[in-house]
Amino acid sequence: MSKALLELVCPAGTPAALRDAIDAGADVVYVGFRDETNARNFPGLNFSRPELRDGIGYAHQHGREVFVAINTYAAAGNQAAWHRAIDDAAALGADAVIIADIGLLDYASQRHPSLRLHLSVQAAASHADAIRFYHEAFGVRRVVLPRVLTVAEIAKLTRQIPVETEVFAFGGMCPMAEGRCSLSSYVTGQSPNRQGVCSPASHVRYEQRGDKLVSSLGGSTINIFGKDEKAGYPTLCKGRFAVGDYASYLFEEPTSLSTGDILKDLAEAGVKALKIEGRQRGRAYVAEVVRQFRELVDGLSAGRAMPAATAALRQLAEGQQDTFGAYRKAWR
Amino acid sequence: MSATLTLGPVLFHWPAERLLDFYARIADEAPVDIVHVGEIVCSKRAPFVDPVLPEIIERLRRGGKTVVLSSRALVMTERESRMMTEQIAMAETPDMLIEANDLGAVRSLAGRPHVIGPFINVYNEGTLDYLVRQGAMRVCLPPELPGTAIAALAKVSSVPLEVLVFGRMPLAISARCFHARAHGLHKDSCRYMCGNDPDGRSVKTLDGEAFLAINGTQTMSHTCLNLSGEIPGLMEAGIRHFRLSPQDTDMVAVISLFRRIAEQQIDPAEASRQLASLAKGLRFSNGFIHGREGRAILQARFGHTQ
Repeated sequence: MSKALLELVCPAGTPAALRDAIDAGADVVYVGFRDETNARNFPGLNFSRPELRDGIGYAHQHGREVFVAINTYAAAGNQAAWHRAIDDAAALGADAVIIADIGLLDYASQRHPSLRLHLSVQAAASHADAIRFYHEAFGVRRVVLPRVLTVAEIAKLTRQIPVETEVFAFGGMCPMAEGRCSLSSYVTGQSPNRQGVCSPASHVRYEQRGDKLVSSLGGSTINIFGKDEKAGYPTLCKGRFAVGDYASYLFEEPTSLSTGDILKDLAEAGVKALKIEGRQRGRAYVAEVVRQFRELVDGLSAGRAMPAATAALRQLAEGQQDTFGAYRKAWR
Repeated sequence: MSATLTLGPVLFHWPAERLLDFYARIADEAPVDIVHVGEIVCSKRAPFVDPVLPEIIERLRRGGKTVVLSSRALVMTERESRMMTEQIAMAETPDMLIEANDLGAVRSLAGRPHVIGPFINVYNEGTLDYLVRQGAMRVCLPPELPGTAIAALAKVSSVPLEVLVFGRMPLAISARCFHARAHGLHKDSCRYMCGNDPDGRSVKTLDGEAFLAINGTQTMSHTCLNLSGEIPGLMEAGIRHFRLSPQDTDMVAVISLFRRIAEQQIDPAEASRQLASLAKGLRFSNGFIHGREGRAILQARFGHTQ
């Protein structure tokens, strides 16, 4: 594959999804182990050790790479499970591990000095000094930027830091500084940082109330949909809440991030790689998103506009409402 | 060994005059050992707080308190980054400790004594060990940590660990201002709506359940953390430092109560009854320490999840 302007980093929740993503044109696939060491610890998802070995084999055969996300925070008294994940990822030939926890970065940099370290978005490193910290202390080579920076801020940042940047290009949208949010934990006892889950399905209920549909999390109403409204999953920060008499999507609208239209801006801002969110998504969805982004990135590298791919992505966006999110300053 | 009580920084946007009055009373009357000051939530509030800080620090020191300057919890812009560097430089004076609440601050403070605040993710021994090697001399743990983790960390820590025991819990921080958003405004033109809510603004579900609270860019628990009943267990596990977070109530009375609890001069049940009357209608919670949802209230049984 010719060197494109932007590297395409794609999710895979299963071995089949990994092969699909590679076949659809992913430069890199990122995965997690089937336990609490990764931030998409959902039932039926993720990789056993033998599956990871095979997946890495398949990717390397095709000249692509595999990153392993070990991006929850290790539990006190049980760090060994996280250390084992790092050791195994290194032994199986992972091209990089994606980590947020300082203790784990320290461990990985000392035990596996040749293992490439990427800073997970869960570390919420949003400015040059914080990023420099991770680079100087642990030799981190790439940072996945929080979804709260504007393109202008990213452009400034990439010039100030000695590491590559990867940004979210498509999928879920987090309004909070990632890795510093205990909202799910406060309401359900399950947190992204500790258990690798946010607003877990086990705590979700839907209830028909007359012609309205009520969605709840941990017994608290997250949204009430009229019969003409499209009901969405009750992710806590995408719910409708009341402040005084005013009810609104207080934290974030139930939209999905889509950067199809601003890839050129991101490339010019010095971004190295695009990350597509969604290890929890189905194979067909991931393959389709990857295919469209492959078109866009190749088109960009060749100086061609790809309006069909941009439109197709818009259709794939969650709730079919897409947003540039924080990449445009008006978001704040 | 006796307990050390710490008063955390005021998280809400209180006017400068109110801050001066508040800290004057803390200096004279509150049986608290360490007081953290500084605007940590929003850089837009700093121009109101920073000018009165020297007077507040001086007043607290005259009252015999150890003063610590807390750094911002979320640094986004170059300007905020510069403010942080200046803040750290300002604290070159002897005895002035800084609390890092962001990894950029940890970098600037490496090699000299400092405090690690609850906004730094310290979940395990490895992280604690790294930060102590960098010069951390006290670490306030994130409120989300279960009691089992607190006990495991206390067992190995070579520096004092601190646990937040009172006040609305900080749960999330954002580049977005939710106070502004709730009023149909953007952050840049926020009109300081957060200043109208000295205890944060209540967020309710569409079914009217009190759910969360917003404080500018910060999202907080609706409930008020109350670990008064857990203090004996925490002390048994080796925790000696307890942090209270200022609320819009008689904080001198709250601090005095916690002092009596830590010194076992009052029955925890009686303390909780008195605290309830001071919490101005806020429901209490202690779920996190039990490994449960943070908003839950469970019978104090430190170290045993139910």
